[in-house]
Amino acid sequence: MTSVVILDYGSGNVRSAQRAVETTGAKVSISADFDEALEADALLVPGVGAFAACMQGIKNVRGDQIIGRRLAGGRPVLGICVGMQVLFEKSTEHSGDGFLEGLNEWPGTVEKLVAPVLPHMGWNNVAPATNSKMFSGVETERFYFVHSYASRKWELDPHEMLAAPKVSWANHGEDFVAAVENGPLWATQFHPEKSGEAGLTLLANWIAAIK
Amino acid sequence: MSVAIRVIPCLDVDAGRVVKGVNFENLNDAGDPVELARRYGNSGADELVFLDITASSSNRETTYEMIRKTADELFIPLTVGGGVRSVSDVDQLLRAGADKIGINTAGIANPELISDSAKRFGDQCIVISVDVRRNQDSPSGFEATTHGGRNSSGRDALEWIIEAAERGAGEVLLNSMDADGTKNGYDLELISAVRSAVEIPVIASGGAGKLSDFAPAVKAGANAVLAASVFHFNEISIQEVKDELARSGQEVR
Repeated sequence: MTSVVILDYGSGNVRSAQRAVETTGAKVSISADFDEALEADALLVPGVGAFAACMQGIKNVRGDQIIGRRLAGGRPVLGICVGMQVLFEKSTEHSGDGFLEGLNEWPGTVEKLVAPVLPHMGWNNVAPATNSKMFSGVETERFYFVHSYASRKWELDPHEMLAAPKVSWANHGEDFVAAVENGPLWATQFHPEKSGEAGLTLLANWIAAIK
Repeated sequence: MSVAIRVIPCLDVDAGRVVKGVNFENLNDAGDPVELARRYGNSGADELVFLDITASSSNRETTYEMIRKTADELFIPLTVGGGVRSVSDVDQLLRAGADKIGINTAGIANPELISDSAKRFGDQCIVISVDVRRNQDSPSGFEATTHGGRNSSGRDALEWIIEAAERGAGEVLLNSMDADGTKNGYDLELISAVRSAVEIPVIASGGAGKLSDFAPAVKAGANAVLAASVFHFNEISIQEVKDELARSGQEVR
């Protein structure tokens, strides 16, 4: 049975994420234990609220090291919502004239969307990347978003020696990165655990991709 | 393609039980919030709202238990409002499994409750719920009321909604006390006035009686439409509302 740890660093409602991943048949625990989070077959990094608070919470449980070591070992990590945003280099959220530093797994800046209605709240379409494993079987479904900030560009330069990340896009006022599949590191700006059957299928796709 | 207009049923709960009768066929227990939440989740509801009308605060534990059970089975967003008075109330409801918390009367008495909750838990989870009544003496012509419309708050509704949004509320649940229960349609002028005043999403509530009531609310600026009795008594189904909205050119899930 696949074991999944949801990183417990004080981020909002993780109970529904636990129940949602459990529907895939995985054994799910909510933990901030360093070794447990390293040893699990897969790690889910949730994230609601402010970017700075999430970064601080992640660092408080050495989540930055946990994520870094897992990725170095090719071990799966899924970031959700702000748990995805922190994977970028930086964010402009409540940062005055400067930037807040992220975990810098990917280059790029998380910025406020320009749209008539914010937060972007509700069910929106995603344009899945070609050959996406994440969206297999749910390519045309809508997913539940709630956020005002996002990465509006994908700035990682392609390299012939590296498998190209699969980047899926959505639009609210402008295009933004909705999901990424980058080797062991996956992320969604939307909430699969709140996206009904489509979200549960997507989580099952994640678990199925873990071998 | 863009974000879909949300269709949201609202359930009144008292001490962990759904009240104001829900009339579906084949319900084992018409008062069981979990069974009803599952039913709505399967019938296309985009979110669910629980309005807790429990009078006694000693019964809060039954509310938390009900939310826990519902959230365990429901994989769509759940908003809980009613009787939220402190940051600690917000915290406990979120921990029980609510995704968004509606703040109403207590927010008007203590606006810091909105700022403090938004700062701690994020803008996205604070819904400012406002019971609005028309009043010509109020600058915008709309006044915010408290205690379910029984008392005047002395505050202009639009001013209050603008302040709440500045304090970090991520959404406004707009209840028209004039339209509520009339089944004569939503208060379109109210929706339109609020839509022009703030950038946060607007949930229209109060007055839905027939299928043709929903599209005008969206045209007036609502991002979501909420109703209670027409759904509970099976007069209109969620899917019928979505089909009607789609016919009027709106995107739905």
